Amino acid sequence: MPETVTLEVRRYRPEEETEPTWQRYQVPFRREWMVLDALNHIKDHQDGTLSFRWSCRMGVCGSCGMMVNGDPRLTCATYLETLLPGPVRVEPLRGFPVIRDLVGDLTDFLTKLKRVQPWIVRQTEGPPAQGEYRQTPDQLAAYRPYAMCINCMLCYSACPIYELEPSFLGPAVIALAQRYNLDSRDQGREARMEVLSEHDGIWACTFVGECSAVCPKHVDPAGAIQRYKLEAVVAWAKGLVLPRSGT
Amino acid sequence: MNPAYRRYHPKWYRARMPIFWWLRRVSYFRFIARELTSVFVAYAGVLLLVQVRSVAAGPEALARFTGWLQLPPVAALHVVVLLALLFHTITWLHLAPRAMVVRLGGRRVPDVAVLLGHYGAWLAASALVVWVVVR
Repeated sequence: MPETVTLEVRRYRPEEETEPTWQRYQVPFRREWMVLDALNHIKDHQDGTLSFRWSCRMGVCGSCGMMVNGDPRLTCATYLETLLPGPVRVEPLRGFPVIRDLVGDLTDFLTKLKRVQPWIVRQTEGPPAQGEYRQTPDQLAAYRPYAMCINCMLCYSACPIYELEPSFLGPAVIALAQRYNLDSRDQGREARMEVLSEHDGIWACTFVGECSAVCPKHVDPAGAIQRYKLEAVVAWAKGLVLPRSGT
Repeated sequence: MNPAYRRYHPKWYRARMPIFWWLRRVSYFRFIARELTSVFVAYAGVLLLVQVRSVAAGPEALARFTGWLQLPPVAALHVVVLLALLFHTITWLHLAPRAMVVRLGGRRVPDVAVLLGHYGAWLAASALVVWVVVR
């Protein structure tokens, strides 16, 4: 095992430079260290000006997504050991404007997320005395995989369509819309379909499939989008054959 | 705005997508290859229509068309077209189980079964075309 490992970190300091540059750091190598630990070592002991986001260190908060050797990864879940002998290249997530160093601007995602109403929509609310809306294990299983999304944005960084067409709603937004559509307690399906069936919704996706490959929570947004397309086509065809069926 | 603030005002950096982005990953390349081979699918469709037309136009036209098909450069082109069609069809069929969630008797049909169903349909359609052409 080596004593140290080299990290090549993408720096961008808007007050000093117009283009990002690479900066090399030498950090001690520890078997139990993740890439995030190495970055924190740099921040604490070598260069306090290096900026990056992180919070939980256990793959739950979704803050520390970065490009590691060209792949979108959660840096808190990527062992340095798997990247030996290095150098390990760390860049901000692809597809988002860079504010500083490894920090991207995610406003676009948050704006789009709100549009699909990622919460349970009810046409009528039962009185509280009636109790909670109950679900069977099967009803829970229908949407549960999509509920695992931690908004880490790795799927956006893996999606070339989002990079080419930034107006595309993107994988996580559609998967999260599907999470509520498939929930037996929800009644907002039609309102969401309005947004999702727009030009920049499901039809912009060309099924590259990388979003699902990089998802640390195995959400499979690509699958969600294709299922949605199929459902939309079936609904359209039904409307064509049986115009009065109300679909 | 106070000029002192401007120093800290974020000036975003937006990376431009390189023209050869599809060489960045094997999966991107496979995706582009799958999309581009659809041109060959369209070509094969047109070829079949031309063949049907020459059959309808009588034995002379059919002989002319078959003669053209037997020219070595045309035959070589069609080997390439066949390979592209196979690549397109197989990669496409393998995507199908991701898009289709089939439920039978309250249980989800496994992906392999959905995939085999597609292969079955492909074989049946091919057999029908062979039957029509050879008959």
